[in-house]
Amino acid sequence: MNNSFTNNIVEILPRVEGFAYPNEATVHPLWSVLIVVYPYVTGLVAGAFIMASLVRVFNVRALEPVYRLSLLTSLAFLLCAPMPLLLHLGHPERCFEIMMTPHLSSPMAMFGFVYAWYLLAVLLLELWFDYRADFVEWSQSQTGLRGVIYRAFTLGVHDVSEPVLRLDARMGRIISIVGIPSAFLLHGYVGFIFGSIKANPWWGNVLMPIIFIFSAIVSGMALCVFVYMFLSWARRAPASIDCLDTMGKFLFFALVIDAAIESLDWIHRLYSADESIHILKSLAAGRLFYTLLVGQAFFGTLVPLLLLGAVQLFRTRITVSARHWIYFVGSVLILAGVLSMRWNVVIGGQLFSKSLRGFMDYKLEFAGHEGWLLSVALLGLPFVILGVFIKLFLPATRSHSNEPATPIRPATGASAV
Amino acid sequence: MKKPLGRRSLLRTLSGALAGALTLSVSRKAKAALQKILVASHTPKGYDPTKHKWLMAIDVGRCIGCGLCVEACKTENAVPIGPSYFRTWIERYIITRPEAGSGEMRGETIVDSPNGGMQGFPAGLVPKEQILKSFYVPKLCNLCEHSPCAQVCPVGATFDTPDGAVLVDPKYCIGCGFCIQACPYGCRFMNPLTKTAEKCSLCYHRITRGLKPACVEVCPTEARVFGDLKNPVPNDPIHRFIEKNKAAQSLKPHLGTAPRVLYAELDKEVR
Repeated sequence: MNNSFTNNIVEILPRVEGFAYPNEATVHPLWSVLIVVYPYVTGLVAGAFIMASLVRVFNVRALEPVYRLSLLTSLAFLLCAPMPLLLHLGHPERCFEIMMTPHLSSPMAMFGFVYAWYLLAVLLLELWFDYRADFVEWSQSQTGLRGVIYRAFTLGVHDVSEPVLRLDARMGRIISIVGIPSAFLLHGYVGFIFGSIKANPWWGNVLMPIIFIFSAIVSGMALCVFVYMFLSWARRAPASIDCLDTMGKFLFFALVIDAAIESLDWIHRLYSADESIHILKSLAAGRLFYTLLVGQAFFGTLVPLLLLGAVQLFRTRITVSARHWIYFVGSVLILAGVLSMRWNVVIGGQLFSKSLRGFMDYKLEFAGHEGWLLSVALLGLPFVILGVFIKLFLPATRSHSNEPATPIRPATGASAV
Repeated sequence: MKKPLGRRSLLRTLSGALAGALTLSVSRKAKAALQKILVASHTPKGYDPTKHKWLMAIDVGRCIGCGLCVEACKTENAVPIGPSYFRTWIERYIITRPEAGSGEMRGETIVDSPNGGMQGFPAGLVPKEQILKSFYVPKLCNLCEHSPCAQVCPVGATFDTPDGAVLVDPKYCIGCGFCIQACPYGCRFMNPLTKTAEKCSLCYHRITRGLKPACVEVCPTEARVFGDLKNPVPNDPIHRFIEKNKAAQSLKPHLGTAPRVLYAELDKEVR
């Protein structure tokens, strides 16, 4: 567009380049950084759960040291998942209307049900069945507040006879099997919220739920790698390289699928080239250059793919300590890459006008309701909760006991970090 | 082993299905009756929304971009002052002549809407001799038959009325903004004072009392035409418009929202 014309428009609506519908030229995008945090956190929940179910459902024994850690990570993040949504609502005091009088044609109305199902019917139940025997044991050995907590968590069931423990293990496995589609549902529905908006060509895309599911798996697995390595470092206990290698392998495969689907999305957009392609190309090359091409595509996808792929190819030639570093750097890069992917989707979709004629700006504030400080706090909170969980439910004394899984609880990882 | 289907169990299944079908129709009736009561509750006595079908149509060729409609709307509906809160607004399209020898049919399309066009439009944006075509397009809620905003509202605070309006219940809206994202036409905004979604209501408080919407009332050139499709009156402007503009179009028809607001003389550049 001719500069003199553009400047004239910019003078009147200072934040718009080209033309946007007047209602679109707001100070903040309607869905701001809090809504970036929300899909990121739910994605981590779903991904960490998938990591845990690899042990339970698919019997990947090498991952047993992170089984409980993954579940607790998933729970810690799930507890924080509704917070960004709630803080973002214009009327948070009316939030229960979503569950009391849901409008069934709205994907957002599913939130309450999907969330409640995942928290109450999947995660808490699976954790309870897995921990029941330990709660009974700890409630007898611990005193004080801890003892009270463990006693409360037994829910009054103190039976640890063999048939009951067998039932626990079976229930855990069944819940885990139910949990996998539930995790897909949890994050697929978040993707559907964006994917179903046909008004916005950046969002309205049938691949969106699938992209969200796979990026969730990738980010959740990377989070498990990160948390496991950090915890091992904090406890001065070496992380099991078998476990890390296996996590790295699954992470690599998940990342390959994720990268393939996201590439397919772009190839399809570029090839079919509908009316929105010009503005989306300028969006990617302009306002989203650093977060999309540099952050998400290069550092968040390509570099981790090369790093993890190199380990798959030359595992024997790479030393254990180098592998440790590769997994650590890879997981951190993936975590940052998926965060920038969420940014690109949520904020990117609101940086251009639905008239496809112009761009809006977004200057991120520091403090306040829409500031990044609140979002950083919301991203930090699950780690604090996870710290409490680890203190309570993953005692260091049992670290790397490498005890074989007892015949009573065949599929559970009794050993933990 | 699966039990063979006995007579008793077959009867039970069939009666269950019958009972289900009966309850379904009864519950549908109940829902419709309830909706009627709810929709009619805030309207004047004697107004039956099922007996009307309102429509607004725009004659693009008649709009002079004076901005009176925008101002009237803001005043009538207490729309917040500010450049990003509009229930209705006007866009100016300037299509320039192509450069000589460029092989193009048209030049650039320049669109602007300074403060929604409320104070009119500044002259001299493009030198006169470079302009191929210029026109104003008033915008408002497109009254979609399949309104994506009502579809995505998680609590049903925004809804289609039987008489063709799409309304928001501000006492019920939770302020999630999903409807604003879902509207392809940018017709919705978040009211900064009430923190709820807001949009053109077709001046529902006026039309249910036999008045015209404020924007139609003040339009000096009759570029906005309003009427009731179910109750044709002699020389009814909306029926006259439809009769006269058989090729009238709607905005973004490819999205399948089936907008009911009609535009006469619409250029292909208008989105």
